[in-house]
Parts: sequence; C-alpha cells; structure tokens
Amino acid sequence: MPDETPLLDELEKGKWPSYVKEIKRASKKNKAAKDLLGIQELSYKDRITHWKHGGIVGVTGYGGGVIGRYCDVPEKFPNTASFHTLRVNHPGGWFYSTKALRQICDVWEKYGSGMTNFHGSTGDIILLGTTTENLQPCFDALTEIGFDLGGSGSALRTPSACVGPARCEWSTFDTLDLIYNITMEFQDEIHRPRWPYKFKIKASGCPNDCVAAIARADLTIIGTWKDNLRIDQAAVKEYADHGFDIHKLIVDRCPTDALEWDEKTKTLTLKPDDCVRCMHCINKMPKAIRPGVEGGATLMIGGKAPIIKGAYLSWVLIPFMKLEPPYEELKELLRKIWDWWDENGRTRERLAELVERVGLKTFLKEIGIKPVPQMVYKPRANPYVFFDKK
Amino acid sequence: MKKEGIMGATDIGPPDYHLMLPDIIKKNYGKWKYHEIVRPGVLKHVSETNDELYTVRVGSPRLVSIDFIRDICDIADKYCGGHLRFTSRYNVEFLTDKKENVDRIIEEVSRLGLPVGGVGTCISNIVHTQGWIHCHSAATDASGLVKSIMDELYDHFVSIKLPALLRISVACCINMCGAVHCSDLAVVGIHTKPPKIDHEKVVAQCEIPTTIQACPTGAIRRHPDPNIKSVTVREDLCMYCANCFTVCPAMPLADPDGDGVAIYAGGKVSNARKPPMFSRLIVPYLPNNPPRWPEVVSVIKKVVDVYAKHARKYERLGEWIERVGWEKFFKLTEIPFTEHHIDDFTHAVETYRTTTQFKW
Repeated sequence: MPDETPLLDELEKGKWPSYVKEIKRASKKNKAAKDLLGIQELSYKDRITHWKHGGIVGVTGYGGGVIGRYCDVPEKFPNTASFHTLRVNHPGGWFYSTKALRQICDVWEKYGSGMTNFHGSTGDIILLGTTTENLQPCFDALTEIGFDLGGSGSALRTPSACVGPARCEWSTFDTLDLIYNITMEFQDEIHRPRWPYKFKIKASGCPNDCVAAIARADLTIIGTWKDNLRIDQAAVKEYADHGFDIHKLIVDRCPTDALEWDEKTKTLTLKPDDCVRCMHCINKMPKAIRPGVEGGATLMIGGKAPIIKGAYLSWVLIPFMKLEPPYEELKELLRKIWDWWDENGRTRERLAELVERVGLKTFLKEIGIKPVPQMVYKPRANPYVFFDKK
Repeated sequence: MKKEGIMGATDIGPPDYHLMLPDIIKKNYGKWKYHEIVRPGVLKHVSETNDELYTVRVGSPRLVSIDFIRDICDIADKYCGGHLRFTSRYNVEFLTDKKENVDRIIEEVSRLGLPVGGVGTCISNIVHTQGWIHCHSAATDASGLVKSIMDELYDHFVSIKLPALLRISVACCINMCGAVHCSDLAVVGIHTKPPKIDHEKVVAQCEIPTTIQACPTGAIRRHPDPNIKSVTVREDLCMYCANCFTVCPAMPLADPDGDGVAIYAGGKVSNARKPPMFSRLIVPYLPNNPPRWPEVVSVIKKVVDVYAKHARKYERLGEWIERVGWEKFFKLTEIPFTEHHIDDFTHAVETYRTTTQFKW
C-alpha cells in the first residue's frame, strides 16, 4: 500500500486537534489502522467513499449492535477488507472510571483497529473497525469487563440522557436513573431488531434539551415542572448591583411577558400563570432563579431526521408525567406505542410518519390518550371533520 | 437484575452509571444549587452542601486512538480521582473538587495540544457522522470537514464572545444519523445525480417491491421489459435522497463530480425564548473540495461573522434571522437566493409569505 498521504497530511496542520494524527498514531501498532489511512487518502483523491454496503454480521444471539462494513478496494487495503464497527452501550451521562476506559482500550487493542469514537452521534462508544472473526471474541471480552452492545437497525436504539442531577442543578427528574432503568428493561428490544424501523428514546432533564431529544427521538422526554420557578431576591439584587441589565436582558426577553421588574426595590416578580418554563431567565441568572420543585417531564413523540417523508420535531403527547422508579406508567405507554406501530407501520416507516399518515386523532384513540390543547399550537382551520359514523 | 459478566453472557446492558461517578458527584447527586463560568472552558458548580466542583472542558477530534483515551485517563488519574466524562458534543470533561487542580489540568491538556473551551456563548465541538472514514452512503467526508471548520473557528471555541451559543453539525448524507437539522449551522452531504442502476445486481441483491416503496416521490417503477427483473427511475422525479440505495445496493448515487454539501442555518433544539426550530437552506450546493473544503469554510466563517456583528445579546442565529427577516439575512451575508431555496416538498406552502410585511 502507498505510504504517502499528502492530502491527509494537510489535516495535521491547524490548531484544532487532528484526527489524522490519531489514525497515524494507531497505525504504528495496527495494520488495519494503517490501511484506514490509505483508504481515507484514496477517498480524498477520488472524492468518493470506498466503503460498501454492510453484509449481515454480528454476534451470537443478537441481531444488531454491529455495523458490517467492507471496503471496495480490498486488493489495495487487505487489512480493511472487512472493517466492522461495534456500537457499545455507554454508561449513563458518559461518565467513566479510568479503569473501565483502560479495559475497553485493552480489549480494542487486542481485537480491533485501535480507532474509536468517544462517542458516536447515537451516544454509543464506537469501536471502529474489526474483522468478522474477531467480532465474537471481542464481544465476549467486552461483556467480561461489564459492557454490552447498543442498538442498530430496526430496533430500540441505545437510549441516552443528559448529565442530569449528576452535575446539573436544572434537571427536574433523574435522567440517568430513568435511562438506565429502561435500558435494562428493554434489552431484548435493543438487541433483536423486529420493528418497522428504528425507535429512539432520549431524555433531557430540562427544556434546554442538551441531548437534542426533540429533534431526533421518537420518544422525547424533556424535564419540566408544575409549580413556579424559584426566585431568590437577594441574589437578584446582587446581579443588578453588578450592572446586569435585568429589565433589558431578562424581562424584555421573556417570551410570554411573565416577569416584572421593579427598578426601585430591585425585585423580580413572576406572573406564574404566564410562565411557559422556557429556561431563558434561569439560564442567564442561575444564582437567582431555579426551576420549581414539583418536577417531572413532558413526553413528546415523533422527532426524526428527513428520511423518508421529511424531518419532524417531536410534538407533545403527555404534557406532564411524574417520573419515578419503577417508571411503570412510561413503560406501559412505550409497549402500547410499539405494539400499535409494529402492527400498522410499513417497512422503514418511523412513528411520526405513521401518525401523520393515519392522523393524530386515530393514534390517540388507539393508545387511549385524551386530546388536550397542549398537544397543538392551534386548532384546525378547515371544516373537514370526520365525525364518528355510528 | 443484572447478570454477572461471564464469557458468553448476553443482555447484561451497560455498566451501572453509579460505578462511574466520582465521589464528589455521588455525594452531591441531585443537590447542585447553581453554577458559573469561571473562565472559558471552566465551570464551577456549587452544591446545597457548599461543596464546589470544577469542570474543565476540552475539545477532542472524536475519532481518536486508544492511546488518546489512555492519555486523558492519565490526567484523570492524577487530578480527578480516576474519573472523567464526555459531553454530548464529544468534549472531554475533567472534574475536580480542588480549585488548584484546574490550572494543572489545563497545563497538561495543552501539552497534548487539546483546546480548553466550548462553554457558554461560544462555538462548541461539531457533532458529526462518519463520512468517508466508515460509511457506504456518505456524499462527503465528515472528519476532514469538521477539522477544517474548527481550525477556522478555533478562537470561538476557546473564548466567549458570541451573542449566544452557536451549534454546528455535519452530516455526510441526508440520512443525518447525527440529526443535524436543528443546528444553528448544519453542513449536509448531498448527491445531485440520480442512481445508476446495475440491473444484474438488482436481481441478485434487491427486493423490487421494497425498492419501489422506498422512493418518497414515486420515481421508481418496475422495468418495462418483463424479462428484466429490475427497476427504472424517472429522473425528473428524483431528488437524490438515496433512500433506494439504502434498501438496494445496486443503485448507487455517489459521484465525484455530483456530490457535495449544502449548508443550512438557524435551527435550535433548546426551548429557551423561541421554541425549537429547523435549520433552513442557505447554500444549496458546494462541491467536495478536499482536503480543506475552502468554499464551505468561507461561508460558515462569513455567517458567524455577520451574526456576531448584528445579533443582540443572547439571540441565537435563528432568532436573529427571524427578527430581522430572511431577506435581510441573504443581503447581509451576500449569499445568493435562488429557486432552490423555495420549498417544493411536503408542507412547502407553509413557508410561503402570506403577508405584505417584509423588508426591501
């Protein structure tokens, strides 16, 4: 194989850390990593990918978790003729002990290319590139150190959560506990694809939505609260005394005009009925304003990227649910949604597309949820109503 | 609930996150009171117990070798009690309850060439997909594009000088496994040529009904010659989504001269102030020009500069554009508005202007 990579070498320059340096580092010890560099250089020259559609490869007992990959120039790069990826289910909040990380590195040094993504956009740890023969021993070694594969294909994808109460004062429920609990409950749904298409669950502890749940998760869980946000007037005063323009930057920016500012007494008053819990004031005055204490989450459905019928943002299904172990209400809801979607969905039809095809009204009836105004921005404008034919 | 990790075990699930938490977090779990940004890339969280936690956030190229992971483990062993975490945008976070460790951590990561930043109203790391590194459907590379953009925007990672946070993402095809469609700036790999059908391979590798059904515009038909067990594509109906290629490998769309990227702007996922919104098309096509994609980098730079100059404090890119109007955005950025910017897919009419209110 050619050792020169003039195009990629350009990407070793510049201030941002270089992934090319990383591949070169791995390629000193690993032939597959060296061939990966060669393939990437060839793609840069040809301006096209050199990876083929994946075949069906995996580990015993699972239908997913491995992305099969073969290169289309095996004669030039024999060490990447097969170069499969393992998706490894990350620990909640992406927290690690260095012991666990070092164990993963040792397993991957033995069985793979030595290249990884911490993390993939799915949230999983991505172990990038190994041979078909090495898949099973690598998986066995991973389970030995306490790790398991994540989801791929038409299955429940690896659920993920924001950092939550572990290091954030705004989380209105325990994102890490919830996601760990449902991940353990639905291991079968993660590892054995059986549905029309993928299903994603992401949980953010507050409406800032740090894991972009609303844009990509079929079930989106976003923390919110029922009572009023908490204002510490002494701390408010302190912001004002430091020259922070509360009127201009907080009160005027409140989307529903729910805050009043008294310049004389330096007090900030909430009109609780008008607050929609958007987080702006809390984000900008974290020492003075906090979410309420009656925490739970808004459950939304339908978020996805464009394939096939266009992108959707998740919409409100259940305005408020208290989320506490063992989370039975949520699990029941999930099972109902999955059964209905599995029964009615076409191949590669995500939940949002099915609901749009048959109508939200039908979906709500089938799942047994009563319509409430919080589900829509506004009611319909057309007169084409399907009344019950009875 | 959880089976022991023995050889051949399945369905053990991920490790319990409790095992991964540093002591300071175990002690203050759910008790955090507030936080502040001490300096670019450094957060201080204060607990109800009055404990203080410092976080040093560090940029990473995401595609890293195991030796990179071992390097950051060495630092975490020295200063963070043997724990660290990653953010949803691939940054590494070193957590310590000792203020004096902050400078030491920064010194050590700087020695590794890693930037400290990505906190607050700045540009954090770019969420991205695999591209030519590992994907069969990639219309562009991801890692190289990201490296080129971040080299240009480096100062915005290590300092806090934008009106609001600005999130950039890269997806190497419109499958968008990174779900980039609600980002302040999204770069998306696109094809611009219809699939090239290998009829012999279709017979061997594809299910014809599934392939026909895969097309969102109904462009795929059975081959008119009943002796050929294959399909044809009505090219006037094809918008190059490649969904057919996903179910039928005999219909590749990739083409060195046709493939390139589109740029979208103004999306967000946060509910703060305005509700979440989609990113909208600003540049329909730029060619793949590796290794540095200079045309793409220059558009991104221009939009960031114009936004930084014109937006109000705390205003996200999309919020600013909505306030001043898209017509003003195109004027200020000098990006040409073309027929491609006008939607003609489902729900297109919702984007047509139904008011006489607009700017000249």
